[in-house]
Amino acid sequence: MSLLLGALTLGLILALLGIGVYISFRIFNFPDMTCEGSYTSGAAVAAVAMLAGHGPLAATAMGMAAGALAGAVTGLVHTRLKVNDLLAGILVMTGLYSVNLRVMGSSNVSLSGATTLTGQAASLGTQMAGGAKTVQILGRDAAVGDLAVLALVLAVLVAVTALMLVFFRTQLGLAMRGTGDNAQMIRALGVGDGHMQVLGLAISNALAALAGALAAQYLGFVDISMGLGMLVAGLAAVILGETLVSGRKLAVLVVGTVLGALVYRLLIAVALRLGMEPNDLKLITAVFVLGALVAPVAVARWRERAAVRAAAG
Amino acid sequence: MLQIRDIHKTFHPDTPNEVRSLQGVTLDIEEGSFVIVLGTNGSGKSTLLNALAGSFYVDRGSIRLDEHELTRMPENGRARFIGRVFQNPFSGTAPNLTIAENLALASRRGQSRGLAMALGAAQRQQQHEAVARLGMGLEGRLDNLIGSLSGGQRQALTLLMATLVKPRLLLLDEHTAALDPKSADQVIRITAQVVARDRLTTLMVTHSMAQAVSLGDRLIMMHRGRVIADLSGAQKSRLRPDDLLARFEEVRRADLLDEAAAQMLAERFV
Repeated sequence: MSLLLGALTLGLILALLGIGVYISFRIFNFPDMTCEGSYTSGAAVAAVAMLAGHGPLAATAMGMAAGALAGAVTGLVHTRLKVNDLLAGILVMTGLYSVNLRVMGSSNVSLSGATTLTGQAASLGTQMAGGAKTVQILGRDAAVGDLAVLALVLAVLVAVTALMLVFFRTQLGLAMRGTGDNAQMIRALGVGDGHMQVLGLAISNALAALAGALAAQYLGFVDISMGLGMLVAGLAAVILGETLVSGRKLAVLVVGTVLGALVYRLLIAVALRLGMEPNDLKLITAVFVLGALVAPVAVARWRERAAVRAAAG
Repeated sequence: MLQIRDIHKTFHPDTPNEVRSLQGVTLDIEEGSFVIVLGTNGSGKSTLLNALAGSFYVDRGSIRLDEHELTRMPENGRARFIGRVFQNPFSGTAPNLTIAENLALASRRGQSRGLAMALGAAQRQQQHEAVARLGMGLEGRLDNLIGSLSGGQRQALTLLMATLVKPRLLLLDEHTAALDPKSADQVIRITAQVVARDRLTTLMVTHSMAQAVSLGDRLIMMHRGRVIADLSGAQKSRLRPDDLLARFEEVRRADLLDEAAAQMLAERFV
């Protein structure tokens, strides 16, 4: 049960990153490697702030601000200095490695003893359960703490998703979507496409940083390498999501990204349960993403052949 | 109203690919006039429109729209005053957004965009009416993605988007060249309607003699980056496609003559 709750919690945290990747990769067609750095930045800044005595909410907000700054830098390097998008993201991500190390002071920072959002949620949950440590769910024992943390992350995800969906229906949000879809058109309509890209990358990386900050609080530590491979995981969420839902409207696709993130983490949990080595996780991820990319094409082709056979026979 | 003074533009200067696209164009366009721009291939017609729109800055000269100095203004700044329809039907609309969303984007041309909702009920109603006036049956498909529409439909929508907020200058760059004849006719009909209804100052580049003759009150012919003919009023309205073809033939012969003369001079004196 705790494996399932853990997978769900990590899945929801990944969904936050996934929404960020959706914004940069699908809305702006910008393959943004910055998120691997800003994920860690969010964790690092939030952790250092909490250890320095700041409240966890303020600390998490500071982490998000750090992510937004990183995204803005990538955006400026691309739009003002005319550096290729992928390269701009890689440069900033690389620079962030050193910056994050400086912020953390060492390559691993423990959050034990600090007041974290997850800790607060766990104690609130225990209070609401009347002091019980476990509850019965579907005939199994579930730790109250685990459930409370899951509820916290779910609440954050729902709030962020709602905010994003509302934002992309505003004039500014729609202009951002237009920028990614047809920059020539949007310039002819008076929008500064460079500004839109910078703003979009800032938002995207603020979400990545939020995911990192929550992950650090959930796991209880920040590690300098925790961002490695997060872009692939985020892309897996987005692409799996597009396979899982039908329809091309924004709200549908964002929900799809969330589902994709959950499915991805559940599949990993299953793989681990079946005895696969954690070291093989990266290979498993690659296989999943490949499968998600190939599946829609294969299914479509299979359907075509079936239709041809039916028409001929 | 639009003052173009001696503009020059050379692409890839000092390289083997150098193109002297505009070599001194000076024009005064009055408010409300509908100017047809004709020319041989490579004469600089599209470059002229792109220079006005701000796709690039001119090397020399100035562009002035009423009291606004446009010469060094970036493209999205000039968009406040200028509506554009491109030759490529894919350039003017966002394929992954709906018709309603595209129109909502167009309705804020020249205005700041904040956190107000982009699409309200009142706006939907206005959009419905505006699209219905196109006469293409698209008003029932406002929530369809643009990507599902044909080239003619997209150009009609681009035209609508360019004129939703009345522009001071409308730039049409061979906007029916990539369409089939039926769609082209439809789009031209809508163009004539919109320009007449709103009395828009328009510059239209075209390759079609038929369009050049039937539309507009002024005709400019370009060749090698310069304006070589400027007809308006009765001169313009009397034009027939044959007259235009004759002019093009003159230009071609003058070119050949230049070349023959240059060769002769080279043989004689060099």
